[in-house]
Amino acid sequence: MTEPRSDASAPASSSTPVAAPPAAAIAAISPTPAASPRRKRGRGAVGVWWWVGGIVLVSLFALPLLSAVTGSLKSPAELQQRPATFFPQTLSGDAWSRLFDPSQGTLMGLANSLVVAIGTVALTVVLSTLAGYGFGRFRFRGSTLLFGVVLAGMMIPFSVLLTPISVVLRTLGVSNSLLGLVLVYTTYQLPFCIFIMRNAFAAIPDEIEEAAMIDGCSRRSVLLRMFVPLVVPGIVTAAIFAFLNAWNEFLGALVLLSDQALFTLPVVLQTKQIGQFGKVDWGLLDAGVVVSMIPCLLIFFLLQRYYVNGIFSGAAK
Amino acid sequence: MTETLSTPVTPSPDTSRRASSRVRSTSRGRRPGGAAGPSLRERRLSRTGLLAVTPALLLTAVFFVVPVALMAWMSLHRWPLLGRSTFIGLDNYVRAFTADDTFLRSIGFTLIYTVVITPILFVAGLALAFFVRRPSRASTFFRTIFFTPYVIGFAAASFLWLWFTDPSAGSVNAILTSLGTEVDQTSWFVEQWPALINVIVMVTWKVVGFQMILLLGGLNSVPEDVLEAAQIDGAGWWRRLTGIILPLMKPTIILVLVFSISGSLLAFEQFFLITKGRPDNETVTAVYWIYNVSFTKFELGYGAALSVIMLVLLLIVAAAQIRLLRGPKND
Repeated sequence: MTEPRSDASAPASSSTPVAAPPAAAIAAISPTPAASPRRKRGRGAVGVWWWVGGIVLVSLFALPLLSAVTGSLKSPAELQQRPATFFPQTLSGDAWSRLFDPSQGTLMGLANSLVVAIGTVALTVVLSTLAGYGFGRFRFRGSTLLFGVVLAGMMIPFSVLLTPISVVLRTLGVSNSLLGLVLVYTTYQLPFCIFIMRNAFAAIPDEIEEAAMIDGCSRRSVLLRMFVPLVVPGIVTAAIFAFLNAWNEFLGALVLLSDQALFTLPVVLQTKQIGQFGKVDWGLLDAGVVVSMIPCLLIFFLLQRYYVNGIFSGAAK
Repeated sequence: MTETLSTPVTPSPDTSRRASSRVRSTSRGRRPGGAAGPSLRERRLSRTGLLAVTPALLLTAVFFVVPVALMAWMSLHRWPLLGRSTFIGLDNYVRAFTADDTFLRSIGFTLIYTVVITPILFVAGLALAFFVRRPSRASTFFRTIFFTPYVIGFAAASFLWLWFTDPSAGSVNAILTSLGTEVDQTSWFVEQWPALINVIVMVTWKVVGFQMILLLGGLNSVPEDVLEAAQIDGAGWWRRLTGIILPLMKPTIILVLVFSISGSLLAFEQFFLITKGRPDNETVTAVYWIYNVSFTKFELGYGAALSVIMLVLLLIVAAAQIRLLRGPKND
């Protein structure tokens, strides 16, 4: 099932899903550096066009992201100006002050999104660490079957199950609540995160556990004091994906929340995007887009090795 | 697996302590009747294991297993938001295939979208993977930038695109105008094919970096010396690509295709937010139509039936994936 790949470059081949993140994440996905003669040859006439192409492509990829930032810094007057401008002629904090104006609802949306994302991360980390410990260190009756049920959750996307999920939430009395949303989000983060955590726990050598138990450690303190520090890379990967998926999720929040005061940021932005009286407040929408991108970009740039690792172990399953 | 973890652990220094403590603990005689112990211990262990997985399983049962069963049950009913549901057998399914043109059209549109975008993403992803293949700092920088749009949410990307390509205020318009070109971008939102293309450009921008990263991993699995040997033998780049590189990358290619196919079949945000189904439900995808039926018309039973049909479609794709992946192992 795993992708074959040359040994030196394997950043996260499925056999080492989270145990040891590669040194430089995206940089690490390279062929063996020994191929230097070829590289030297490439640095000739081809080199110039490679650089030109690269710079053009980078501009094209960065342009839309940049345009949200510049849009959020334009004054309302400049946004009305035709023909439109790309770079703001005068910098204006107007859209940003509206974003943080409580009457706009975006601040509330931001708070709700944070609550939901952090709640999902907390619950997912606890549950998937426990389950990873159970599946990774123990064999019990039905463990293979139960693990299969957990993994089945990866095959069936939650957007197809929203109709019955809304009925279940109503029956449990947690419909139209952030708690209900957290429970649903957590459930659909669990398959991937349990998969990651099970591999992390299974990678711990038995001798460590035996030694600790013989030294008189209780099972619980083995788990908390010895195992948990060892599976931190797995926990970080699980937390990153739980956060990003909860933070970015749109359809579930749109469907499962009906009270405006509970809307998460993407849902609030959707109401903004419809616009009042047919006029869209582009400045506010752009500022909202920038705010919703910030955590994603921060996580990606700061925790890149865990992020890329997670992608490869997710791909390898 | 163990090798990677051995670095932080380093169990070697305290082996001596371990040996002595083993003696101590056995002399203490924790469990009477040593030989009979294991079975008792094992049973205790299994209980610990089961206990540890229980909370996660509970949530999975309530919000995954129950909904799957409930969906099948609901699909056989007329199930309004409020009030009593009535059993109607397979009527919902009959209605989906005979009386609901929009549903059939949405399935068709979803398939068209999938068929168009999958090769685009694959070819573009592969091209980018070749482009950033050389190990250098600039390559890493390019890779990082190409991948960046993937990390933002689909909703955020859709809002962003709505602004970016807006016919009057957007940046594309600003750039085109400054280049002296007048293009009427209104059709990018309200006519079926222009709107589809606009969405495809957005999605390509957003996810091609992800495909690039996965394909790069596969590309690196192709041994350099084999390629060099082929080159010496006079194989041109096309021969090397189709005869050596692609066949050797097969597992990665299947994986990448499955990601884009299953992702495209579930498309929602990009159409809901950018085209809003215009014109006249012509850019409504299957998930979008299910959303409309269940949550704007509140016909939950019918929505459940459509979901079941959609699920069957997705399971067929998943089954094809497993068969394709198992295939190369056998030969």
